[in-house]
Amino acid sequence: MNVKKEFILSGGKVADPFSGVEAKRDIGVKNGKIVDPKSLKKAEKIDVSGKIVAPGFIDLHVHLRQPGNSAAETIETGTKAAAAGGFTAVVAMPNTSPAADTAAAIEYLNYHAGRSGVVKVFPCGCMTKDIAGTEMAPIGSLKNAGVVALSDDGKGIQNHELMKHIVEYAKALNLPILDHCEDENLKGDGVMHEGVWSTLLGMKGMSPASEELMVARNIIFARMVDWKIHLQHLSSKESVEQVRAARKRGIPVTAEATPHHIALTDECIKKFDTNYKMNPPLRSEEDRKALIAGLADGTITVIATDHAPHTPTAKLVEFDYAPFGIIGLETAIPVCLKELYHSGVLSISDFVAKFTSGPAAVLGLDDRGLKPGNAANITIIDTERKVKIDANKFYSKSRNTPFNGMTFKGKAVATIVDGKFVFNEL
Amino acid sequence: MGKFTWTKKDLLSIYDLNAEEICCILDTAEEFKKVSQRNVKKVPALRGKTVVNFFVEPSTRTRMSFELAEQRLSADIINISASLSSLQKGETLLDTARNIEALQADLIVMRHSAAGAHVLLADKIKCGVLNAGDGAHSHPTQALLDTFTIREKKGKIKGLKVAIVGDILHSRVARSDAWALLKLGAEVRLAGPSTLVPREFEKMGVKVCHNLKEAIKGVDVVNLLRIQHERQKAGFFPSTGEYSKFFGLNEETCKYLKPDTMIMHPGPINRGIELDSSLADGSRSVILEQVTNGLAVRMAVLFLVAGCVKK
Repeated sequence: MNVKKEFILSGGKVADPFSGVEAKRDIGVKNGKIVDPKSLKKAEKIDVSGKIVAPGFIDLHVHLRQPGNSAAETIETGTKAAAAGGFTAVVAMPNTSPAADTAAAIEYLNYHAGRSGVVKVFPCGCMTKDIAGTEMAPIGSLKNAGVVALSDDGKGIQNHELMKHIVEYAKALNLPILDHCEDENLKGDGVMHEGVWSTLLGMKGMSPASEELMVARNIIFARMVDWKIHLQHLSSKESVEQVRAARKRGIPVTAEATPHHIALTDECIKKFDTNYKMNPPLRSEEDRKALIAGLADGTITVIATDHAPHTPTAKLVEFDYAPFGIIGLETAIPVCLKELYHSGVLSISDFVAKFTSGPAAVLGLDDRGLKPGNAANITIIDTERKVKIDANKFYSKSRNTPFNGMTFKGKAVATIVDGKFVFNEL
Repeated sequence: MGKFTWTKKDLLSIYDLNAEEICCILDTAEEFKKVSQRNVKKVPALRGKTVVNFFVEPSTRTRMSFELAEQRLSADIINISASLSSLQKGETLLDTARNIEALQADLIVMRHSAAGAHVLLADKIKCGVLNAGDGAHSHPTQALLDTFTIREKKGKIKGLKVAIVGDILHSRVARSDAWALLKLGAEVRLAGPSTLVPREFEKMGVKVCHNLKEAIKGVDVVNLLRIQHERQKAGFFPSTGEYSKFFGLNEETCKYLKPDTMIMHPGPINRGIELDSSLADGSRSVILEQVTNGLAVRMAVLFLVAGCVKK
């Protein structure tokens, strides 16, 4: 990594949703902070003309797998993948093994993130002990240990009364909830979206109602308790409709979509490639379009990858037996540029917002953006550079991506964390 | 037989085949059916070839049929069942298959409870892979023997009306039969309780019926399927009694059939539930002929596929 004490990113187009600036402008960096470039006399000028200079991208939904499955990913490899994908910060989901349901587990994560993390790692704590959905986790202690949010990701809390108590408790501690919306009875032992393709292929389906019911429940609690519930990885059209209506009423819910849910559909599963198996599953074209419409009209304010590494051994099995999940850090920007920017759905600033001001608002972060004085967390994107996805060259330890071999236009070409280039292909 | 040449090293699903390929198998099966009618029921077509019957999911009739077909083609045979295989010791399916490949086996006949398991093998190993049933996805040889039986009895497939009645949702036979019949130009109706015959099936190009009389009216063939208790959770319908009352074919409901409607069943039959004994054993039933034809069809696919496995 090349360390420069002070430099000026020169000639690029700044797209900063925090300030609303979308214009050609130079950005100065000194001692890890953003500064007015005019204040820098001896700074090296780095030519970024033709590139987009954006605040550091935040991924609200990443599985770093350490501790418990370091064969699939570690804090080091996961954060290197994040850097290579243009992310300056990731929120680490707590469904590690053991789960991050104690202060000690959060201290472990913070310790290793400090030692081997390449980008900022925001810890997220469990809502229930061992993500079992039965007993409340020590949420106060988790807060003291530094968690930025709570989640039982991977599972939905089936007991509505317990969920209500957690929302109430979290509110008092100012911790947002990131919820995996899933009714387990309706999911059953399904392996893909319940619809035309599961019917034709004879595969067990996961009903979209499984998600929609829990979205409805969460909207009810967000309204009753008046507290922030962020709905993770929305996949169905009806979920989007519900969130749209709730936000119109001023209910404090936010929602994220993943790159794969906006790019792919359940039809992809007809070849039985387990790199198309994830939870929630890829749904119909109608659902995919509804997610894009939700991103376009601001119903969905966040794109998060749900980066879920699994070893080739785990994935190269019968579709029914393969674990859910695919990796996404190193493909998110190319995939989303194609589906949202090059397709004309979002302007570059609105595109950047889904990765910056959107997630920052969920977490309540108020020190982001390219404003002088803020930490110099910067993502530089070349929207036109051709990229062929080659999973074998990933920084991630895992290879479980459906996008391998595909060609895209545009990618992150540099990632700067606290003034330091952690990835540089300029 | 026409000039068509079979080119696939695997038989994975009917969906992958075109009408020409299906007809090629049926025509070849006609020739092999004659073998079983001779005094010496054996030909040397697969002499020196090794076939591994790998049944990860239990099977009686399909396994017996494949094994006999292999014997009649003079192949060397190895049988592995899930309980005896290394899958029990934590070996992956692919590793087991690679071991079979390393023994220079030529063909693997596999039954598996997971849909698409055969695709995983076919892509990764040189042996020919024949699907003897994968989950609720596909059972190509059953569809081929059903189609063979219909063609033999009715002289054609195109334009025939065929009703498939029962637990369609959990049935690989229903899916494979429907694809085969559709590709050969038949009209297909799928019938059963609404929970077991979702409307999504219409995307295949079939008619979906939730009423038996409506489904079987005017059909040339009715194919009954059993309720697959082993594949389904409770709660799809109230009881087998109620199922039988609404969807069972019996002396009463068969009044809605044309006199020449052929009655089929892939077995095993749950007598008195989906089909009454008097009909199963009656003159319109071709159930045992299906079994006989299954042998010929399996000889045909083993022969065709073996010819395309590269050494």
